[in-house]
Amino acid sequence: MNATTVNTNDTLALLPLFLLAGTAVVVMLGIAAKRSHALTAGLTLAGLAASFLSVFTAAPLVPRQVTSLLLIDRDALFYLGLIIASAAVVAVLSYQYFAKHDGQREELYLLLVLATLGCGVLVTSIHFVSFLLGLEILSVSLYGMVAYFTDRGQALEAGIKYLILASASAAFLLFGLALIYADTGTMSFSSLRDLSLSGSNLALLLPGIALSVTGIGFKLGVVPFHLWTPDVYQGAPAPVAAFVATTSKTAVVALLLRYLTGAAQQSRAVFFLLSVIAVASMFAGNLLALRQNNVKRILAYSSIAHFGYILVAFLAGTTMGASAVAFYLVAYTVTILAAFGIVTVLSTSEADAADLEDYRGLFWRRPVLASIFTAVLFSLAGIPATMGFIGKFYILASGANVSAWPLMLVLVLTSVIGLFYYLRIVVTLFSASPERQFSMQRLGRGSAFALGGLAVLLIWFGVYPAPLLNLIRATIGGLN
Amino acid sequence: MILTLLILILLAAGILAAVSARWSTQLPRWISLAALAVDLVLAARIWAVRSLSPSTRWIAEVDRNWVPNFGIHFHLAVDGLSFLMLILAFFLGIVAVLCSWTEIQEKIGFFHFNLMWVLAGIACVFLAMDLFLFYFAWELMLIPMYFLIVIWGHERRVYAGTKFFLFTQCSGLLMLIAILALYFLHHQATGVYTFEYSELLGTTLSRGAELAIMLGFFVAFAVKLPVVPLHTWLPDAHTEAPTAGSVILAGLLLKTGGYGLLRFVIPLFPRAAHEFTPVALVLGVIGIIYGAVMAFSQTDLKRLVAYTSVSHLGFVLLGIFSWNALALQGAIMTMICHGLSTGALFVLVGGLQERIHTRDLDRMGGLWTVAPRLSASALFFSLASLGLPGLGDFVGEFLVLLGSYKVSLALTVVATLGILASTFYALRMMQRAFFGPNTNSWRLPDLKPREGLIVGAMVLGLLWLGLYPQPVLNAFAPAMDNLQREAQITSAALRGQP
Repeated sequence: MNATTVNTNDTLALLPLFLLAGTAVVVMLGIAAKRSHALTAGLTLAGLAASFLSVFTAAPLVPRQVTSLLLIDRDALFYLGLIIASAAVVAVLSYQYFAKHDGQREELYLLLVLATLGCGVLVTSIHFVSFLLGLEILSVSLYGMVAYFTDRGQALEAGIKYLILASASAAFLLFGLALIYADTGTMSFSSLRDLSLSGSNLALLLPGIALSVTGIGFKLGVVPFHLWTPDVYQGAPAPVAAFVATTSKTAVVALLLRYLTGAAQQSRAVFFLLSVIAVASMFAGNLLALRQNNVKRILAYSSIAHFGYILVAFLAGTTMGASAVAFYLVAYTVTILAAFGIVTVLSTSEADAADLEDYRGLFWRRPVLASIFTAVLFSLAGIPATMGFIGKFYILASGANVSAWPLMLVLVLTSVIGLFYYLRIVVTLFSASPERQFSMQRLGRGSAFALGGLAVLLIWFGVYPAPLLNLIRATIGGLN
Repeated sequence: MILTLLILILLAAGILAAVSARWSTQLPRWISLAALAVDLVLAARIWAVRSLSPSTRWIAEVDRNWVPNFGIHFHLAVDGLSFLMLILAFFLGIVAVLCSWTEIQEKIGFFHFNLMWVLAGIACVFLAMDLFLFYFAWELMLIPMYFLIVIWGHERRVYAGTKFFLFTQCSGLLMLIAILALYFLHHQATGVYTFEYSELLGTTLSRGAELAIMLGFFVAFAVKLPVVPLHTWLPDAHTEAPTAGSVILAGLLLKTGGYGLLRFVIPLFPRAAHEFTPVALVLGVIGIIYGAVMAFSQTDLKRLVAYTSVSHLGFVLLGIFSWNALALQGAIMTMICHGLSTGALFVLVGGLQERIHTRDLDRMGGLWTVAPRLSASALFFSLASLGLPGLGDFVGEFLVLLGSYKVSLALTVVATLGILASTFYALRMMQRAFFGPNTNSWRLPDLKPREGLIVGAMVLGLLWLGLYPQPVLNAFAPAMDNLQREAQITSAALRGQP
């Protein structure tokens, strides 16, 4: 196939991305025509739904490389589906969240769709150019989303922090890619698939990979690139934090799988580098969360640890490792969306419900919400009957498969540390209600539906994971 | 199918109890009681209608595909060992519901929900023959137990509950790694991915791998049993838990540790277990002595009883690792009788605390004059606990000592000193709490009919087990033969391996 022409089937395969881009335009025009929160949210959801459905129409046509920049294969479609679905949940949550606020709320949806498009480009990218394009579309949209409340100091702080650090890490990434290009002479990821085939000058290649890991590590929020995570999670509006935590990170992990799987398996230096990052993330994330009293910050630190776990499965390699990563990402996405869904629902127009005290005795006031939150926390802690457990089991299994015992022991040890702060929240949920009055936030129909659905998924796939495992087996790693 | 039903009834009753609390405070109690009674009858019926042919390994079983991608089955099966443990679980479940009848006045629905679900988890642990399912249930029973401690417990409940959870979870994850290692090594040897107990028997393992995997299992069971020095969660958890929680912790959760050693550690890893035997026996004896000495020096009545558990379960460890017929019979008898006698002591201490609002031995004294029935019951169970011949505990510990005598004379002698020490702590407890002058002029109601019923049933049970233990030993015998045979199968498979 000529790489420069695009035929009908290529277009169909790319339809999810085209629809995302089209939705952005439609939403923008819609806002220009009539400023209506409900209308904008509706348009966004419809566009996301159409894009999600087109993933299925694209499925028979893959694998298909469109130009030298994008490759649509089953893995990419799987992650596209996950990204679009999670973005849709974020849109639903945003509707309830921003309905409480006055002012111009509509542009958030525009940014949301654009950011999702950036994620979509990332998961289909096989070329440095599409990699950077996707990353920048995502980052630039996120600056606006994080600092959406320009009247909140914390939001501005978070936005500026994200802006500066993201730009800096993008610069490192660019330099790293340049070094790799200098060595291999190509900008395609395939240059890293087999290091032995590439130029022999490891003095350029390895620093290049290391610098590009900076960019990826920043987006994942793994140690030592994690410093922005707690502040951004805390400062950003709850649904935006959910997007940063799930959709954007999922996209970057999918990219990492394509970009570095070969290098991590073949180069001891790359393997070692990523192992150090994984171990440091597992320890730092779980230890730093111990003394936090802010639920959003706890979730931030816990996400650092969770991406450490995911790196363990990534390092295990093989199809099983890739499947474990996929399962864990689904589990993590469902869990974290539910967590931020709870935060969203409990937030007032003045402030997000982030302080641990806001959750004291929640079970006796809002038993259903608190039960869902408990399931979420147990899922994060990897307790059976939740998706998080199957995910952790899968990661441990992929580790055992390649006898990565040291990494597994660190995983076990740190997740016991992690258990401590999850239990702290659980105890708070179930302790006696304090005297002070809580404003009872009404649960919107959309949020209720989203939260209920997430909770059902969380338990259902935790008890009976076979359907999801079959889906992953059918899609992930079949073509690598 | 009936085995699934046993668990489903408890799960459903838990949900029903939680919901029904909206309408009535008594309904959850009755629902729980009814569910447990039905389960007890069903379990007894499984036993009654069993076919007597010795060729079948299991009395009843159910085996379904669960997660075919990993070779995970939903496989429940019952043999004599599981049956005895099940009956104990349902019986102590009834005791737990009855003894919380007046103690628990808040959040009654959720309390019974947790109670039913922890019992369902325990029942599933005793029945699971797929290692994944076993681990699943093993972890799942912790959560309701954790809630029982941190919501309805006493002063330091959050500390105790968290400590309990962290200890068990950490050791549980080590067991998960061990299970996975076994799973993959089995696949390497045979090309089959399975968590099935009967297929994993006889897996060929290198010596180092066998020892490492065995230790992974052992640590998880040792935390539950508990084995000194992994016991430190126990005094806190038992003391801070509500009465029903203490009864279930002491009577059942500790037994899951012993059950796991019997069912999995030795049959799956006989050679490693054999090499480990000296260490395990010494740990058992240390537990016996240490528990007794610590019990002697406690002033908190509940903490005292908790430490006696450490001592009694030391005998179980000693018996299991002696691994001969007498010692195994002794271990299983000790597990059952400890469940009854210590469970009953917790019921009585809980009843006492409900009446006088303290567990401090120094503030008690002379209670016999005001509550003779309660005090007499306490005396009975103390005597059972110190190993009075004619009561169940004596039979168990005596058999263990007979069995371990063949393995190590020196350790048996030291362990016997533990029985002696138990006399001190039991009599000290009686003397400080119930005899002497009533200096604090306590006035309290004696045992109520409901409590009398519980205590009476447990008295009868201990007398029966003490005077005529043969039916229990007979029920256990085929299962024990099978376990020993399975261990030999694995041994044979391992022979010739480096």
